[in-house]
Amino acid sequence: MYDAIQAETISLAGAGGDQIEAYLARPLGPGPFGSVVVIHHMPGYDEQTKEITRTFAVHGYNAVCPNLYWREAPGASPDDAAATARAQGGVPDERLVGDVGGAVAYLRAMPNSNGKAGTIGYCSGGRQSFLAAVSLPLDAAVDCYGAFVVGTPPEGMPLKVGPIVHLTPNLSCPLLGLFGADDSHPSPEQVAELQKALDEAGKTFEFHMYEGAGHAFFSVNRTAYRPEAANDGWQKIWDFFGRYLASPTPAR
Amino acid sequence: MCTYLTEKVDVAGSGKGTAGWFRLSEASVYFDHPVHAPAEHTLNIDFLNPGQGPSARVAVELTAESARALAEAIQATLASVPPGLI
Repeated sequence: MYDAIQAETISLAGAGGDQIEAYLARPLGPGPFGSVVVIHHMPGYDEQTKEITRTFAVHGYNAVCPNLYWREAPGASPDDAAATARAQGGVPDERLVGDVGGAVAYLRAMPNSNGKAGTIGYCSGGRQSFLAAVSLPLDAAVDCYGAFVVGTPPEGMPLKVGPIVHLTPNLSCPLLGLFGADDSHPSPEQVAELQKALDEAGKTFEFHMYEGAGHAFFSVNRTAYRPEAANDGWQKIWDFFGRYLASPTPAR
Repeated sequence: MCTYLTEKVDVAGSGKGTAGWFRLSEASVYFDHPVHAPAEHTLNIDFLNPGQGPSARVAVELTAESARALAEAIQATLASVPPGLI
């Protein structure tokens, strides 16, 4: 099996046609391949998120991670960019949808694309993955511990986001949710509320709640990392995207 | 969790970042996930000059205990300054 991949920084048209930085990783085989937009966590467009993006390419997906903080902090280091975005209240929802929509269009236009595209996001990106899936025509979406799909940020938080669970009827694709039982944003109660909304709307979804894991359990370079939950979570992701994004037998 | 809680304060002074010294105009204080410190959450302080861009930033990530000790040390130091200097 030919397993070469290529990864590089590119520019793509995001919200409002703005050219934004993004990281593209793709298998070099003929495909056709499914596509994944990787939505980075609150700490930004960092090395670990780029590694996640490459991992999707290794597993046979074209993947792109847009730098959601590019406008606030072009060329800045990821931590400085995240601090700036954080101070400004995070990424506006409308802009996020435009940026992810631009990334999806870029991926679907690739010559080796099978036309199917999904999203995966972590932390704030988990909420944004859900937001993209209720706003854009997608084939699959994964929400990894996204806060404030249900619930409102407490008073005093600069984050300018609100709950979006009421948009559940607009969900355009199957949803996979991966959560930690020890997380408080989202809390298990909030996850249950989202689950109820999905049930009521008759949506296709599967949720997994990991005991002994809290927020950010996929973050390999942080103390929040929980290998058992992360390893199982990755398996759930491969099963899920395998069902909804992959071609039956992609040539590689 | 990401707490997002942030206190902002105007500051006057200077800080030394990766590109050398620069004038400070504000500081952000928040309790959240650290980028580097080996803890789930830390008290983070960003000394900033937004007018000079995102890289005009001096960042520290402190355990809650050490942040309190630092705050007390600052207060004690200022309290012991001889009259007339402040």
